[in-house]
This record gives sequence, C-alpha cells and structure tokens, in this order.
Amino acid sequence: MAHVDLASARIWRGAPQAVAACVAVVALAFVAPAEGYYLNILMQAVTYAIAVSGLVVVLGYCGQISIAQAAFFGIGAYGVAIGTGDFGLGFVPSLLMGVAAAGLLGLILGLGSLRLGGHYLAMVTISFQQIMTLFATNWISFTHGPDGIRDIPRPTILGVSFANGHAFLALCLVCLVFSTLAIWRLKTGRLGRAMQAVRDNELAAGTCGINVFGTKVMAFGMSAVMGGVGGGLFASGFQYISPDQFTFGESIVLLTMALLGGVQSPFGSLVGTVVLVLLPEWLRFLKQIYLAVYGAAVILIMVFLPDGLWGLMLDRVIRRSKPIVGDVSPLPLLSEQGAETDEIVLKVEGLAKHFGGVKALDGVDLAVRRGSVHALIGPNGSGKSTFINVVTGLYRPTSGTVTFAGTDITHAAPHLRNRAGLARTYQNIRVFRGMTVLENVMVGAERPGNDIAENPAQVVDRALAALDFVGLRADAHRQVGALSYGHQRYVEIARGLAASPQTLLLDEPAAGLNLTEKHELGALLRRLKGHGLTILIIDHDMNLVEQVADHITVLNFGRRIADGTPSVVLANPDVIAAYLGEPRREAA
Amino acid sequence: MAIFLQLLFTGLGIGAIYALVALGFVLLIRAASVVNFGQGQFSMVGAYLLVVCFNVLGLPYLLSMLIAVILMAGFGVLFAGATYWPLRHRGGLPVIISTIGASIFLENIVLVLYGPSPEVLPGLFDSPGIQVGPVFMDSQYLSILVSATLLVILQYVIFEKTLLGKKLQATSQDKEMASLLGIPVAMMILITFAYSAALGGLAGMLVAPVLFVSVGMGGLIALKAFAANIIGGYGSIPGAILGGLALGVAETMGASYISVPYKDAFAFFMLLMFLMVRPQGLFGEKISEKA
Repeated sequence: MAHVDLASARIWRGAPQAVAACVAVVALAFVAPAEGYYLNILMQAVTYAIAVSGLVVVLGYCGQISIAQAAFFGIGAYGVAIGTGDFGLGFVPSLLMGVAAAGLLGLILGLGSLRLGGHYLAMVTISFQQIMTLFATNWISFTHGPDGIRDIPRPTILGVSFANGHAFLALCLVCLVFSTLAIWRLKTGRLGRAMQAVRDNELAAGTCGINVFGTKVMAFGMSAVMGGVGGGLFASGFQYISPDQFTFGESIVLLTMALLGGVQSPFGSLVGTVVLVLLPEWLRFLKQIYLAVYGAAVILIMVFLPDGLWGLMLDRVIRRSKPIVGDVSPLPLLSEQGAETDEIVLKVEGLAKHFGGVKALDGVDLAVRRGSVHALIGPNGSGKSTFINVVTGLYRPTSGTVTFAGTDITHAAPHLRNRAGLARTYQNIRVFRGMTVLENVMVGAERPGNDIAENPAQVVDRALAALDFVGLRADAHRQVGALSYGHQRYVEIARGLAASPQTLLLDEPAAGLNLTEKHELGALLRRLKGHGLTILIIDHDMNLVEQVADHITVLNFGRRIADGTPSVVLANPDVIAAYLGEPRREAA
Repeated sequence: MAIFLQLLFTGLGIGAIYALVALGFVLLIRAASVVNFGQGQFSMVGAYLLVVCFNVLGLPYLLSMLIAVILMAGFGVLFAGATYWPLRHRGGLPVIISTIGASIFLENIVLVLYGPSPEVLPGLFDSPGIQVGPVFMDSQYLSILVSATLLVILQYVIFEKTLLGKKLQATSQDKEMASLLGIPVAMMILITFAYSAALGGLAGMLVAPVLFVSVGMGGLIALKAFAANIIGGYGSIPGAILGGLALGVAETMGASYISVPYKDAFAFFMLLMFLMVRPQGLFGEKISEKA
C-alpha cells in the first residue's frame, strides 16, 4: 500500500528536523549573551521573524498585500503588556488575549476582501495601521499613550522561569522553529494550495470549489495571529513598548524583510529578517539615510530579485523532484459504463443576461441529459461564453433559472456549484501559474464533495490518474507555465476530471490548438464518452463537435435557434444561414 | 450656523486638495492600472520644490510655482521609469510594492536634505482674506478652491475636446485596441504619470501655506485622497472630486464637533463605512473580472 506510507510520511514530514532544530536553537540560546546589545539584536530578529512569516501566508501564498503587520505585532505586544500589568493576568493568558485580538482584527480586515480587489484592500490595511497608531497614542487610559509601558515581566510557564535572557531567547527560538515549520507545511497542504490557487487565479479557484473569500479571510487571520505572537514575545523580551515601535514605517520594514528574503517560503522570510536586522548594524555609517536606502532597496528587490534571496539560493542549488513512478488507481469514471439517460442533469430555463442595453443572452432554454455529450455552438458574439459564465456562477443572470441535479443553483456562488459537481475549463486558459502541474490538478481533486478529498495520499493518486489520462504524467513536477499552450489546456481538463464531476463544461477547448492537438483532443473526448460523465462542450470546430456530440444546441444573438441531434440541427437552414453562412460541405 | 458655514468653507478648501490628489490617483489607475502609493509624496516633493524656488532662490511666487510644476511633470516621468516601467509586465502587485518603496525613499531623502523641522511658505496673496457675511474666507483657501475649479475645467477640456485627450482616454479604456490604432500607448502612460505628478505637486504647493511643508505631509493626504476615491467610486473622475470635497467637509466638521485628536481617523471610518454599505461608492460601477 504505497499511498498509505505516503500519507504517514506527510503527517510526520518535518518532525525530525523540528526536533533537531529545537535542540540546536536551545543550545544556541544558551551560548548567546544573556543580556545587553547582542541579546537585543537576537531577540529582535527572532520576534520579527515570527511576524514576518505571517506575511508569507497572506502575501506569498494568498497574494494579498497587507501593510499592517506592525499593527498586529503591536496588538500582540500590548496584549502582553496590558494583560500582565493592568489586568494582572499571567503571561500565557495575556499572550493568548493579544493574539486573539490580533487574529480577530485580521479576520475583520480580511472581510474587506469581499468587496475590494487587491490594491484597494492594501490601502484599507494602511488605514487600519494608521487608526491603530492613533489609538495607541491617544487612548491614554488604556494604552498608557505615547510614553509606552515599562517593566513588562518575563513569564514563568509550568514552573519554569524564563526571566533570564538565555531562557527567554530559547523560548522565542522554539516558537520560531514551530511557526516556520507550520508555515512551510501549510504551503503543500490543502489550505495552502487553496491560497495559492486564489493568488494565481481567483475565478478558476472559485470554479474549482475553493471558497475564495473564506480563504482570503483565513490568510489574513493567520497572518495577524503570527504578528500577534511575535509582538507578544517582543513585549516580554524587551520589557518595554511604545506606540512608535508599531507604526506604518515598521510595517514597511516587515514587508521589506519578507520581500528581500523571498515571500514564497518561511525560510526566505527568516533569511530576510536576519539580514535586515543585522544590516542597519553593519550600515551604521548610513544612519541618516538608512530608511532611504530601505526604500530604494524595495524597488531594486522587486526589479532584480522577484523571488528574494531564498529564491536565488534555490535557483543555484539544482533541485529536481523525482518523478512519482508506480501504479495509480485509474480514474473511477473510466471503470463506469453509462450511456445517455433521459434524466435531465442540467436544466436552464429562460436564461437572460443583459449588459446595459446589450442582451447577451435573451431567454435561453437548454436541457442536458445525464451521460450525454451536449454541444453548444453559435457564431462569435452569440452568447456562448456568457452562457457558461452564468451557468458556473461567474455572472449573475438578469432572469431565468439554472437547475443542476434537481437543485436550483441560479444564485449559488461558483464554489458551491463546483461542490455540487459542476466542473469547467476556460477558453482563455486559467491554470494556477505559480504551481506545478500536479498541484494544479490536486486543487481539482480535493474539491469539497469529491469522494477522496479528505485523504491527501488519495488526492495525489487521483491527480496522477487524471494526468495519466491526458498524457502529462511525466510533466507532473514541472511548473505549469513551462508547458505549451495545448498542454496547459490538458492540465485544465485533468483538473476538471480529477474533481470527478457529474458534469464537465468545456469552454472552447479547441481554441488556439493546432491541427495535431485538435486531433488529440478529439481522441481524448471520444475516450471520455460512454463512461456516464455528462459533458457540455462549447466550440466552433464543427469537426470536433460532429465527432463527439449526441445533442447540439445553437445560439445566435443570445437566442436559441435550433436544438436536437447533430444530423437534424446541422441540416437546419436557419443554422446554416446564421452560423455557417454558406453550404455545409464547404464549411466543414 | 455661522460656525457651520465657516467649517463648510474650510472643509471644502481642504477637500479640494484631497480632490486634486485623488484625481491624480484615478488618472493613473485608468491609464496604467497602477495604484500609486507614492501619490502623496508627489505633493510633498512639489511643496519642497516651491520652497527651493521661492525661499531659497528668491524667485517670484507664481514663477516659482510654474517652475515647480514643470519640474514635477519631469519628476513624474522619472518616477514611472523607476517604479512602473521595469515591472509593467509582471502584474499589479510588484508595481504597487515598488511605489511603496519609492514613497519611503522620497520621504527619507528629503528628510536627509531638509531635516525634520517644517518649512514655512507664505500664501499666494498678502491679504489674509475677505469677510463674506458670517464667513471669513481665508485667501489661501480661496486660492485653493479657485485653482481646483480651474484645473477641473482645464482637464475636462483637454480630455473631451482635444485629440491628445481622446488618445489618453482610448489608452485608459483599451490599451491593446489603442495601440492597434496607432496610439503610442507607452507615451500616453508616461504623459499620464507626468500630469499626475504635476497635479499632485500643485496640490502640495497650494496646501503648503496652510499645513506647513514637512516630510510627512504627503502620506496622510494620499491616504485621504484614496479614501475619497472609494467614497466617490472606483476609477470615477467626478467621484474623486466629490469624494474629496465630501471628505474634507466631514473631517473638518468631525474635528470641530466630535474630537480633535481623532481628526485623521474620520476619513478611515468613512472609508470603512462606505465599504460596508456602498462599496461601489457614489459614482462607481461594480467591476467584475472578465471570465
């Protein structure tokens, strides 16, 4: 049972390294100076690094800019300071309080992503940062105002005193080890993949069953929690905090640390933090223009080091993943036999979509039978793409209903339609460009509602099976962007198949393919036929449509002008006039 | 009532500044899909250029402003060359981050050159202002309002009545199509950067006598201008203007009637309120990504 081993290996992945790292850092903490300047530098680097690793989640994985990390850091710090001082709580409850407050505010900030695209959301995070600084400075009765809070105690946890510098540094380092490993593992887990899918292509992520909004909110929350943890340790480490340590400028510093090191990996953010904490010490002679250099560095990093120092290091060290050889269970649908039935799986009634005065769809009816291959054709601008976008929930219809497997899904969100078993591909390819071929298909396989979604090993298995089917198994570990256009389209189809959908919608799969690729595609679709999978295909290519379709619906100017079996529809004079525009012999 | 009218006048004056900066924002969003986090620093640099021309070199006030505006236009092109040009094919995020870098760079370079103590600039007119009924109209606020009105009219004429304006509009609506029609899209984007910087710089010069010239003056203005954009509506030009004015008035009233220390927070609270209740703003349309 190869995949069982794979599963247990995944659960414990990183555990030996974690133990080794903990031992190493504790040893390091006890050889480090117990007080004074160098301890401060170390403490700063470690607590900052925890906060910066949060940015890896929100910016690196999820692609959302948050410029308020110093505010969350501050909230964690004030939690510890106020909790232990004014409320008389212990360190751990105070820390938890601060972290909870940070996490909650992070979630609320993430809620803004429901309404706002990336850059505008970034501005909102800046606003949040400013409001927090105003509160810290002006709400004197609660925050002690601009003078800050002194004499923040170091904790005793379970009878162990962390009052001395060695011990507290060791505590911070152990926290750093765990946060770094957790975030490293997150990347290759289901949630991490969902975040990266959202980053790379929100629309496609939604139609792959990912709750895009929920995922972003989660990323903001996690990032804020990391900020809060870092800040709480910082407060207790330095035993003094003031509002000017948590300003907009500090948020930029934290952001720069993440970018410099490499925002795609917590190891990168760690490298970036260490470098930028030490750099000012090395560049003391620059003191005056230190922040100007910082600003210039941000631009230079963006231009010359898009993947950061860590990315650069990874490029130098040649890394090649081993191909996953061995048998995989074939796609379950291939073992099924199923011809067309009379059951209507997808039913569209009176569907209309108006863009201002343009009636892209004007009362279209369509019924797709379970197990059939149904083609939707029509000239350019006839409303085909609008149709598929309304059916998959990307556009809201002006009127009409869409019923899928007996449920009215007219107003359901795209990811809920996918969870009900509706998968799709896109005319202009929407793969997740920052991920490998395998990861792309895994996102499809682990859609909530899929039979194997909860089992990571079986997700890999299913994804490989889907890649096998489209002939891309050997490319599983390549970056998807490195594939040819035609192969990227196959990745999309594999992503759809791995989801084991009830109905697969193919939006102009032949568009942009050359003749050979079109032949391959035709063969692939014929292999899919007769296994009980319902396919709705939109295309121009009459050859392809004739080869595979059981049923054809023709649209023109947003209205249905014909519907029936291929031989009947393609002989219909209206269709010939509207769509082909000339006798069929020549068009075909 | 007299106090209310007085606050209204002051609020409109400061709001006009937000509107001008917001306008620069919107133009860049439309032309190049760039959200420029350095927009506020345009105002700051503009104000310092005026300080150099007027206080240091001793040139006449209006000539100093003219020179500073021209320099700002050139500065806008340099800014685009550093932050936008090398990253223009890499999507929105890298450009945003590099404009953030540029804003930090500019603030701190000016800080090194001029130090933290603010510079003082006199108003455009010697007269302190005029009394109209119960309202005392400060001459600088009047200058701001008049200049802002003239600029909006000028911009309307350029965009709607000239060939250059049509080309700029075409670029902002569909870059691919515009370039197929022989419009030099890159040039149009650079012109937009130049214009946006000049506009932001001018706003900084106009507000300088009211606020003092300091390194940090731009950041806050830009954040409020951004809030004005959301309140007015994403990418909407009338929205930017009205949003700016509304924000200026709300903030001035809020500071007077509610709380002075939290004056700067009103903009952000208004912003958050709009996001909850009417995210498309006063004039905006909901924009959904094309599938």
